[in-house]
Amino acid sequence: MNINWIEVFDWWSLLKSFVVGGLICIIGQILIDKTKLTPARILVAFVTTGVILGGLGIYEHLVNFAGCGATVPLTGFGYNLAKGAIEGVKQFGIVGAFIGGVKASAGGIAAAIFFGYIASLISKPKIKKQ
Amino acid sequence: MNMNSINPMESKEKYQEYVNKKSPNSPIFKNCFNAFWVGGLICTIGQIIFNICQVRGLDVSTSGTIVSIILIGLSAFLTGLNIFNKIGKFAGAGSLVPITGFANSIVSPAIEYKSEGYIMGVGGKMFTVSGPVLVFGISTSIIVGLIYLIFNTQNITLV
Repeated sequence: MNINWIEVFDWWSLLKSFVVGGLICIIGQILIDKTKLTPARILVAFVTTGVILGGLGIYEHLVNFAGCGATVPLTGFGYNLAKGAIEGVKQFGIVGAFIGGVKASAGGIAAAIFFGYIASLISKPKIKKQ
Repeated sequence: MNMNSINPMESKEKYQEYVNKKSPNSPIFKNCFNAFWVGGLICTIGQIIFNICQVRGLDVSTSGTIVSIILIGLSAFLTGLNIFNKIGKFAGAGSLVPITGFANSIVSPAIEYKSEGYIMGVGGKMFTVSGPVLVFGISTSIIVGLIYLIFNTQNITLV
């Protein structure tokens, strides 16, 4: 296996994803500290925001700039759903709106369910301290 | 009787003032800093995986999927080993907002309700937090697709 490690550790792409990913997390942290939103609601808010920004074509610019700094946060998951839905519509018409989104993010969803189930099987439930 | 022992019942405003004075002065900057570097680091790990996929000649969407799968797998198992929750306590949104938080939100309730059995306990309760994420994410994406369809009908074959 021959990997060009200079290209893999391209510092400019890594720096961009570090800074942009970190900034998106800061937004989340401010929401947690200032609004008393529960983490579950924050997850929902980020994914939905990502879908809307993706649908409007705004998030794409951030993805082109920051790569994984924009796609790894949950807004990127939402962007992927929106992008998939639009591509689905282009390809299959109205059915594509239903096929495309999940199709584009199927890998992540399936991995989360599969690894999630396996991981919870191997772990012991911890007894909560009263 | 010193200044610190104000009777909380005395007046609501005074009590609020007292609480504000006593509560730690804006840990928000520390929280944000930790969220920034942990979240940034998770994204950087993703970018390294992404770059490896790119160098090996995979296309952008496949590389992105591989990044998601690896990060989700890692955080699922770290949650199972109870390591991820410790990172989460320290980093706050830094580990919650990246896709790792999604995996964590599946595994945590699954472990908690393990005693209710492997089908309804683990299999059912794993969606208590991530369920809404999928419901709203997927539903919004369908709406986005339909809106796109309405505004671009001339380019599209209507099935």
